[in-house]
Amino acid sequence: MAVAFDEMNIPGGDLRPAYQELARWLKETPPEALEYRRQEAELLFRRIGITFAVYGDSESTERLIPFDVIPRIMSGKEWALLEKGLKQRVKALNMFLRDIYHGREILRAEIVPDDLIFQNPVFRPEMNGQQVPHDVYVHIAGIDIIRVDANDFIVLEDNARTPSGVSYMLENREIMMRLFPDLFARHKVAPVERYPDELLSALRSVAPHSASSEPTVALLTPGVYNSAYYEHSFLADKLGIELVEGRDLVVKNNEVFMRTTEGVKRVDVIYRRVDDDFLDPLTFRPDSALGVPGLMSAYAAGNITLANAVGTGIADDKAIYSYMPEIVKFYLGEEPVLKNVQTWRCREPKDLAYVLDNLGDLVVKEVHGSGGYGMLIGPAATKATIEAFREKLKREPEGFIAQPTLALSTCPTCTATGLAPRHVDLRPFVLTGSKHTTIVPGGLTRVALKEGSLVVNSSQGGGTKDTWILDE
Amino acid sequence: MLSRTAENLYWLARYVERAEYLARTIDATLRVTALPAAYIGKTNEWDSALLTAGVATSFYQTYEEANERNVVDYLSFSADNPSSIRNCIEAARLNSRSVRTALTSEMWDTINSAWIELQEVWSKGTSTREELAKFLRFVQETSLRFDGSAYRTMLRNDAYWFSRLGLHLERADNTARILDVKYHVLLPEEEHVGGPLDFYQWSSILRSVSALTAYHWVYRETLKPWLVADLLILNGTLPRSLASCYDNLTRNLDQIGVAYGRQGPAQRHARGIRNRLEHSNMNDIFQHGVHEFIQEFIADNSRLGEIITKQYLI
Repeated sequence: MAVAFDEMNIPGGDLRPAYQELARWLKETPPEALEYRRQEAELLFRRIGITFAVYGDSESTERLIPFDVIPRIMSGKEWALLEKGLKQRVKALNMFLRDIYHGREILRAEIVPDDLIFQNPVFRPEMNGQQVPHDVYVHIAGIDIIRVDANDFIVLEDNARTPSGVSYMLENREIMMRLFPDLFARHKVAPVERYPDELLSALRSVAPHSASSEPTVALLTPGVYNSAYYEHSFLADKLGIELVEGRDLVVKNNEVFMRTTEGVKRVDVIYRRVDDDFLDPLTFRPDSALGVPGLMSAYAAGNITLANAVGTGIADDKAIYSYMPEIVKFYLGEEPVLKNVQTWRCREPKDLAYVLDNLGDLVVKEVHGSGGYGMLIGPAATKATIEAFREKLKREPEGFIAQPTLALSTCPTCTATGLAPRHVDLRPFVLTGSKHTTIVPGGLTRVALKEGSLVVNSSQGGGTKDTWILDE
Repeated sequence: MLSRTAENLYWLARYVERAEYLARTIDATLRVTALPAAYIGKTNEWDSALLTAGVATSFYQTYEEANERNVVDYLSFSADNPSSIRNCIEAARLNSRSVRTALTSEMWDTINSAWIELQEVWSKGTSTREELAKFLRFVQETSLRFDGSAYRTMLRNDAYWFSRLGLHLERADNTARILDVKYHVLLPEEEHVGGPLDFYQWSSILRSVSALTAYHWVYRETLKPWLVADLLILNGTLPRSLASCYDNLTRNLDQIGVAYGRQGPAQRHARGIRNRLEHSNMNDIFQHGVHEFIQEFIADNSRLGEIITKQYLI
C-alpha cells in the first residue's frame, strides 16, 4: 500500500504552509489545556443534543460522534481546485439523470450499459419522461473526497440521494469558535455559516411554476428515531421552515398541504430526508408509514418539487460510479478535474478474475451498500473472512465492485498518547438551484480514530473534525 | 403552525407539570407519614398518594401493599407506570426532540440536561431519604426552570399559548384530583370525620400544591377546611386554584382565537367552566356536594382537553 499523504508535514521535517500557524499554536498550548477543551466540546455536544442513532444497538439509542478538536486545514488554492472539480461533477450528475429519464443518449452511445440502468433496483421507471422543475435532480450533493497527494483529490463516492453530515460541518465550526477564539484570531478561516441561507435560496429557486411568488418549503423527516434526526431539526430551524413528518402532509387534488392549527396550508418544495422507497405508499412500499399517500401524483402533476428528485440513486450507485469519468466527458466535453478511484467491475469476467486473484489486496464493496457495511477490506481481513467473501462474490458478481486499498491522507489528531496522524476524508456539500451551483468553503472531515484504520464511518468508530479553508 | 407541533408543545408542558406535581405529592406524603401515628390517624397516606396520581388500579396489579418503598418507587422510577416521574421526563424529552424547532434553546437545554442528569438516578435509584429528597427537589426545580424559560424566552405566539394550555389543563386536573381524594377532610366542621388530626391533612394538601404559605397570607387565619377548599377552588390569586387555571385557559384560548380570527367549541367550553367557577361560592358548593362538584369539574376539564385536541391538534 502506498504511503499516506501527510497533510501537515512534508517528508524531511518541514511543515506545509497551511499548518504553520497551527503548529506554532500547538507548541504554546499545554496538552492538559487541549484535553480540557476536548472534554468541554463533548459536554457541549451532549447538551445541545447533537447525537445520532446506531441501528441495532440496544445499549444506547443515542450516541455522540467523537469530535477531534484539531482542525483540518486546506489552503485557498487547494480549495479552488476542489471547487472547480465538484461543480463539474455535480453538473454532470444532473445532466446524466435528466438524460436517463428522458432521451437516454448516453445509452444509445453505448457508454453506460443498458442493464446497469434498467436492472438496477434504484432506477425509478415512474420518473421516465417526467419533467422535474427546472431540470434539477440533485439539489444537494455530498461528494466524498480523499486526498492522495498534494494536487490529487479523488472522488470516493457520490451521494446524490439524501446526503447527511452538514449539521456537523456547521456545529463543529460553532463549537471550535467558542472553544478556540485565539486560534481563529491567528488564521483567516473562510466562514461556513451562510450554508442554511444558500440552501434555502436554492430550494426556493426550484419551486414549481404553480407555486406563489413566496414558495413554502418544508423539510420531511422520517421522525425522531431516524439516525440523522438531529440534523433534520437543526436544518429546519436554521432555514426557518417547518419540520414535517409524513402524517403532517396530505395530498388533495394533486397538491400537497400540511396540517396546521389553522387548517391546511400548501407546500411547494419538500426537502426530503426520506428515501424514495418510503415516500409514497401508493407508488412505492405500501407498508411505509413515513410517507405521504398521493405525493407522487402531485409530483407528476408538477405541483411539488422534491429535493433531491426521485430516482437520483441511479447516479450515485457504486456500479455507475466507475463510469463517472466517461459521463463527465460525454456531457461536458471536458476532462474530469477530480479523478475516480480505480475500480474493477466484478460484473465483467476479466475484472472478476483479477479481483478473485487479488482479494487480499483489495477493498470489495457491495454495489448497493452504504455506511461502510458489507464490505471486505482485504489487507485487514483474516483468511477465513476472505474465503467466505470469495464465495459470496462468485455467487453474485454483479453485486460488487473492487478498488485498491487507498492511502487516505492523514491529519494530526488527539489520541490517548498525544497528537498522532490519523486518516481522513472530506465530504463537501454542493447546492444546485435553478440558476447556479454553490459550495460553502469547507465540508465534513471524517477521521478514522483507530491507529492505522481507514474506516471513517461514524457507525464504525469514526470521528469528525472542523475543516478550515484558509482565505488567503 | 403544524398541528403536530402544537400537540407536542401542549403535551410537553403537561408532562413537565405532572412530574412536578408527582414530586410534590411524594414530598408532602413523606412529611405526613413521618408524623407519629396519633397525628395522622388510620388512613394510609401512601394509598391516597396513589389515588391523587390516578394510578391506584395499575399499582395494585403489581404490588400488594401501598407503603413508602413501593409507592415512591412506582410514582418516581417505575418504567411500567406510564405516568411515573421517569416516564414523564422521558416523554417530555421525546416531545422536545420532536419540536426542537419550536423550543427556545433554554427550554431544550432544561429538559435535555435534566434528562441526562436523571439517567443515573433511573439506573441506581435513591438509597437514602436524603437522596430521595434531592431527587424530588431536582424534579421541581426542572419544572420551575422550564416554566421560567418558556415565560422568559418564548415568542408570544400560538406556540407559547398551546404550551400554556397544556400546563394549565394539567394543573387544574392535578388540583382537582387531590381535592377529589381528600374532600372528606374538607367538609364543614359539623360533618367532618377526623377531628384535630385533620390539621396535618390540610397542611399536606396545601403543601402539595405549594400553597401553605399563601393560605396564611390570603386568610390570616388558622387552617380551616372550608377556607382550604375556597383557596384551591375559587381563589383567583392562587396560581394552582381551579379558578386561576381557568382564567389562564380562557385567556390563552382567546389569544389563539384572535390570532386565527376564529373562535370555536374550545373557547366556548372553557368560558362555560370559568363562568361557573366565577359565580360559585363555597356555601353553594358544599350544599351541592363538594365531591359531586369536583367530579363534574374533572370530567369537564378532561372534556376541554378532548375539544382542544379535536379543534387544533389533529
